Amino acid sequence: MIETNLTPLLLSLKVAALSTSLVFILGMLAARWMTQKDFWGKHVLESLFLLPLVLPPTVVGFGLLMLFGKNGFLGQLLSEWFGITVVFTLTGAVIASVVVSFPLMYQSAVAAFTGVDRRFENAARTMGASEWRVFWSVAFPLAWPGLLAGFVLSFARGLGEFGATLMLAGYIPGKTDTIPVAIYFAVEAGQMEKALFWVVIIVSLGMGTTLWLNWWSRRSLRRYANQK
Amino acid sequence: MLTVDIKKRLPDFLLDVRFSIQQEVVVLFGPSGSGKTTILNSIAGLVHPDSGQIKLHDQFFYEQGKKPLPVQKRNIGYLFQDYALFPHMTVAQNVRYGLKEGHELRLEPLLSTVGIDQLMQKYPHQLSGGQKQRVALVRALATEPDILLLDEPLSALDADTRRQCQDELLRLHKMWNIPFLLVTHDREEADKLADVILMIEDGKLISQKKKVPLLSPSIS
Repeated sequence: MIETNLTPLLLSLKVAALSTSLVFILGMLAARWMTQKDFWGKHVLESLFLLPLVLPPTVVGFGLLMLFGKNGFLGQLLSEWFGITVVFTLTGAVIASVVVSFPLMYQSAVAAFTGVDRRFENAARTMGASEWRVFWSVAFPLAWPGLLAGFVLSFARGLGEFGATLMLAGYIPGKTDTIPVAIYFAVEAGQMEKALFWVVIIVSLGMGTTLWLNWWSRRSLRRYANQK
Repeated sequence: MLTVDIKKRLPDFLLDVRFSIQQEVVVLFGPSGSGKTTILNSIAGLVHPDSGQIKLHDQFFYEQGKKPLPVQKRNIGYLFQDYALFPHMTVAQNVRYGLKEGHELRLEPLLSTVGIDQLMQKYPHQLSGGQKQRVALVRALATEPDILLLDEPLSALDADTRRQCQDELLRLHKMWNIPFLLVTHDREEADKLADVILMIEDGKLISQKKKVPLLSPSIS
């Protein structure tokens, strides 16, 4: 039986697209800042950035629930000031996805910016370029292969996010049932065909993403190596 | 006139130099790791001394106890070792990067003088060593700097190209009439290019020699 309700696919793509856009900007700016500055407590902050990578997703989800729940600090703030509810909504799924995929983008961006020869940036500065121009015209394009790799990895991670999403956004059909959550509840209900359908879809998406990334990074690395 | 009087603690020694230069080609000569590049970087503002002062004409680049002048405001040209041409930009984009608005016309004669006007659409990886050196030189001069700093600018070139580029450097110095401060550890190069040679060893200025003009008046 072919599944006709494609809401989980659309929701997953929506969540992954929104969270990846946010994570790309946040991760890139954080990485740029961290590779440029030295300050007291830098390593502690960096460990905090990478924490979601080593924690079980349920722990991340629990933390987010405490923070964004009805009585949580940010939950109350968002509700009172902007009328936004996070728990059991798509916003919750996006936030969960942002938190778990941020370390991947951050790590890729740090590696990418560290790999840019500082002499190029210094050359730009000696020619009068502002720090903003140095970033956009030199650091960003030269770090682009690594930044794009981070973008793709974050997208794939956002697409497959399960534990934290379930804790924060729950399972509300048509509202928060992303593919991984839909698979879990299909298996729970003994609907193995439905679960298999979504498994095939998400494996294809993941495989497609990593294949493209491999092909693309090999191609761009070759081009970049020639340009050096 | 550029005046440099700085101290900076480096891992192996204390860099402690004091000199001043006019509109001439001055060569910082000495073995690798003697602090020559640190002097250039301090003048450029890429590193800061621990104490002392750096002054070009009436403008302080660095003065102990005060906020150093940012790199961007020093109006210096810097030719890096290995040139540091932006690999993702064409020659045209590279040389126009620091061009001041409305100064396009001053670029054209510079391009034809060094003979790179045919290379404008090429990328750095498509250029020979000598061409890269010329592009980097034009890029540094295109900003119309008050001083040109050159860090081992010819070390990556073969002997013939090196000689050509040395002649070109001297020609450009005559055209621009600004101080050229050049780092090298090649004795022959220092002798050929320098009006003044500053010998640096372990962070100290050990001698200062002015070149004797080749055509000195004959005594009959």
